[in-house]
Amino acid sequence: MIDHLPALQVVIPLIAAPLSALFRPGRAVWLLAMTACGLSLLIAILLLNQVLTQHVISYPMGSWPAPWGIEYRIDAANAFMLLIVSGIGTIVMAFARPIVEQRIRLPEYKQPWFYTAYLLCLTGLLGIVITGDAFNVFVFLEISSLSSYALISLGRDRRALTASYQYLIMGTIGATFILIGIGLLYVMTGTLNMMDLAERIPAVADTRTIRAAFAFLTIGVSLKLALFPLHLWLPNAYAYAPSAVTAFLAATATKVAVYVLLRFFFTIFGVNFSFETMRLDLVLLPLALVGIFSASVVAIFQNNVKRMLAYSSVAQIGYMILGISLVSVTGVTAAISHLFNHALMKGALFMALGCISFRIGTVQLDRIAGVGRAMPWTMGAFVVGGLSLIGVPLTAGFVSKWYLIVGALEKSWWPVAVLVLVTSLLAVIYIWRVVEAAYFKPAPEGRVVHEAPLALLIPTWTLVLANLYFGLDTSLNAGVARTAAEMLLSVGH
Amino acid sequence: MQILGLYNYWIFIVLMMCGFYVVISRGNLVKKLVGLNIFQTSVFILYISMGKIIGGTAPIAVDQDVVYSNPIPHVLILTAIVVGIATTSLGLALVVRINEAYGTIEEDEIHAQSEEEAL
Repeated sequence: MIDHLPALQVVIPLIAAPLSALFRPGRAVWLLAMTACGLSLLIAILLLNQVLTQHVISYPMGSWPAPWGIEYRIDAANAFMLLIVSGIGTIVMAFARPIVEQRIRLPEYKQPWFYTAYLLCLTGLLGIVITGDAFNVFVFLEISSLSSYALISLGRDRRALTASYQYLIMGTIGATFILIGIGLLYVMTGTLNMMDLAERIPAVADTRTIRAAFAFLTIGVSLKLALFPLHLWLPNAYAYAPSAVTAFLAATATKVAVYVLLRFFFTIFGVNFSFETMRLDLVLLPLALVGIFSASVVAIFQNNVKRMLAYSSVAQIGYMILGISLVSVTGVTAAISHLFNHALMKGALFMALGCISFRIGTVQLDRIAGVGRAMPWTMGAFVVGGLSLIGVPLTAGFVSKWYLIVGALEKSWWPVAVLVLVTSLLAVIYIWRVVEAAYFKPAPEGRVVHEAPLALLIPTWTLVLANLYFGLDTSLNAGVARTAAEMLLSVGH
Repeated sequence: MQILGLYNYWIFIVLMMCGFYVVISRGNLVKKLVGLNIFQTSVFILYISMGKIIGGTAPIAVDQDVVYSNPIPHVLILTAIVVGIATTSLGLALVVRINEAYGTIEEDEIHAQSEEEAL
């Protein structure tokens, strides 16, 4: 049983997905989905423990030996990602039931299908992370993308439909670019196994085909991770999707795409080819800086709080890409640890917004006036999440910003360090706008608002407390991230 | 003559660019999906071309040495075809829902309605 954990990691949510479609609406189907998520989280924890002692787990799918068969290959980097994805998946699933029953655009008898799409999305994301086969990445990418288009379109607002359509078009273009890139790599090397690719690419690296593959993969993955200026699908998709879906996707989907970027450019192409021959850092660095700055400024002028946080996500992705483009152990540590910390803070923030929209039906800035007094626990969660987003010491957000600034100073790029600090101040402004509206503006007369139900508050506060815990105990979000960064940077040398 | 000999790769590039152009330039949501389909289909040709070996037969195990085409890209692209079908059907389902919600499938008219809503 323990030997087959890598397969079970993907298979359990995959089997639970169609099963949940057979259920009637109600508690049972949610319990099934919750069990599947919980088991994935348990497996992810066991795998991470195993990886930290024995470094790499290689699992041949269906006992077909690599490089012919599909190999699941788990090292520190993807074991850490599995933990993020399944952890957020579980917590958001705990949060999802009241949202599914009241806040999505589905007739009651179709509600179990929400869980089907959610579990398929989780399967896809876990699959992308765990697999050691390049083509398998594409297949799982499409599983997660197709189910996330369906999930986004379930928002109450009709603009959710157009947002989902737009994401479908851009996501498919991105995935097709990745497919072309993988195809061109196969032409030159005759293999799809990542380790095998890494061994064979150096011999043929100086060809136009490999360079074209590199370019296609860069654009495709950048579309998926919403790198500025390819982020246009993201704000609408996050703003109009049901809040549970936004919390799940914001905390996992773009992070998994960042992981794909790391895996392709550090492990498969190798650090030397990606950053010394192709100088990918020269492309990523300016885009990351412009993205961080412009998205933070745009966020300040948003009146829909969900949309504000969506733009903030684009900026946060910029921080991760900035860390990667430093191409140093500290920089990549900052990027990987920000993957984790950003999942915690954005998950908490979007879930707090989910509580608000559950009670008052909207998250427009002018409509949330006075919510702070009526829903103290919800707004408390929002404030702590916001502090973590800003990067205040003792919160998780501080840890990754710290590494980022240290990484920039190591290279004596002090303007970059200054920009990180300035954009953190921009985050103060947009978070403050929400706090001001919720606490200092009078509530509209005659509106009676109650605190969100415990079923929503408990998962939200779980993430909020995680933000505080991982701000103090950094052995996981910085320690494991560093192990992963060292591993990624030493491969290819 | 090398350029002509690689004609299937040229078809791939032309189809891909046609599809991509249609996706970008058309405002009709169904036409966009048609463009997306052409774009995806072009990649099928790329994969099928790269598995083909001139003079090669079907990859069936026989005793004597024969030249055969590589079946793996063909199998891979079968997966991508299924993905393409799923994407198209999901896209069309969304267009139906958009038509129900907005009464139109022209991008600029939908945009105008959303603008009014925002005001």
